[in-house]
Amino acid sequence: MSTEKAIEVRGLRKSYGDLEAVRAIDFSVRRGEIFGLLGPNGAGKTTTVEILEGYRDRSDGEVRVLGHDPQQRSRDLRERVGIVLQSTGIYRHVTVREVLAHFAGLYPHPRDVDEVMELTGLGGKEDARTRTLSGGQLRRLDFALALVGDPELIFLDEPTTGFDPAARRGAWDTVRSLKALGKTVVLTTHYLDEAQALADRVAIIKDGRILVEGAPSELGAGTGAAYYRVSWRNGDGLLNQRETDDPTRLLHELTSDALARGQVLESLSVTRPTLEDVYLQLTADA
Amino acid sequence: MPESRSLGSPSFASLAWRQYRLERKMFWRNPSSAFFNFALPLLFLALFGAIFSSNQKNLDVIVPGIAGMSVLSTTFSALAYNMTFMREQGILKRMRGTPMPSGAYLLGIAGNAITNTALQIVLITCAGKVFFGVDWPKDVGELLVFVVLGVLCFASLGVALSHVIPNYESASAYVNAIFLPVIIISGVFYDANHAPRFLNGIAQALPLVHLIDGLSGAMVKGTGLSDHLSGLGVIVAWTVMGMFLAVRGFSWEQRRS
Repeated sequence: MSTEKAIEVRGLRKSYGDLEAVRAIDFSVRRGEIFGLLGPNGAGKTTTVEILEGYRDRSDGEVRVLGHDPQQRSRDLRERVGIVLQSTGIYRHVTVREVLAHFAGLYPHPRDVDEVMELTGLGGKEDARTRTLSGGQLRRLDFALALVGDPELIFLDEPTTGFDPAARRGAWDTVRSLKALGKTVVLTTHYLDEAQALADRVAIIKDGRILVEGAPSELGAGTGAAYYRVSWRNGDGLLNQRETDDPTRLLHELTSDALARGQVLESLSVTRPTLEDVYLQLTADA
Repeated sequence: MPESRSLGSPSFASLAWRQYRLERKMFWRNPSSAFFNFALPLLFLALFGAIFSSNQKNLDVIVPGIAGMSVLSTTFSALAYNMTFMREQGILKRMRGTPMPSGAYLLGIAGNAITNTALQIVLITCAGKVFFGVDWPKDVGELLVFVVLGVLCFASLGVALSHVIPNYESASAYVNAIFLPVIIISGVFYDANHAPRFLNGIAQALPLVHLIDGLSGAMVKGTGLSDHLSGLGVIVAWTVMGMFLAVRGFSWEQRRS
């Protein structure tokens, strides 16, 4: 198995009784990239990630995480992986520094506790008891606890839910700094702008299947979503919109036509569909 | 569970010790848990000691009785609450995502409970000697055997019970529905042999009455271990069952629904 891949998944299936939560999916995550896993609630995202994290056993298929089968729950793998779960409590009667030091002690080569507090924006809260922290601060502590073991691979499950816009940007910077350190990140999120801003590649899951996979900016191609959208306002202010695969030709037609008639195309713009457009189109109920 | 350690990984023992120290720190920082753990048995001892103050025979019953109740509350009740709380809070799930081996983690948690048991037994023994004229334990070895067995038995039953408790809000109902009837029929406050025959029959099938008998033998009567073989058998049987259920039903995650 290639060492270039942090994660390889082939034919992964998971059933709960009659319910097939994951139906034969394949994907891989390269080392050093940020991989986004998107999809509506109940699509099979969390099940997939929890199989990769070693929390659940798969029904069928092959999974390799940093060369390990996560189901074996080897200690070596757990020493190299950091996990930010969706909503998890923490010991209440200890300080931020104490709980980070406790977790650091579980790993063979932990990062410096002060450095991790600085990186995750917990500076100044070292001696606060965890039960006095706000929701956003607790989320930063989740981040810090996942990073303190200096993992190669980090799972982030909805990492910025409940953050205000400034805190979200801060968290994004933290994730980017992980990438700069050569870490691999698997991100599940509901926020498509977050995936667009952070992920090198994304996969969109629905009904236990991967609908599409690729770089966020290129996802529109081949999915039926038109590649370029041209919009403008005509003389009476009405918004016009046309979709095309060949914006050069369309723009030429529009502008020469307008010039010939002595008109101005107000608010002329050419946009590519955002990840959100692609997502909504793909996940809309047929 | 494979534990292929890489070079430089902390040892199993050091991780269990690390968890134990954290649990002790948290125990002392939570005033209500510390209070209930130590004040309640001492309060009971003081109350019943006052009621029975003129009767040494009754005092000789109440001191080992309260000691038995302490073993039950520090292990069975405390672990049933604690495991339910940590499961519901997601702390168990979080720990499972770290390199901490489950065994080391549970050892740290159980060690915390057992430390409380040991502290209480010492407190009760001293209070019995100083205030109620109950002599120092006649047979310390026997006392140790019963405390250790009682701890193993009730700790495993407490963990097993936590699997049945659906959420933290209902934990005290579940725990008290067992704890209160059991201490009443098992002779914590009076000689269990004076209870009605059918209640005594139920008590004899449960482990606490045998633990109290054993503690009484070790602390007051000076009867040897050989007098308590059938009682030891009952405790061991419950321990085996408790451990089986504790391991089998173990869930690190809150049930959905």
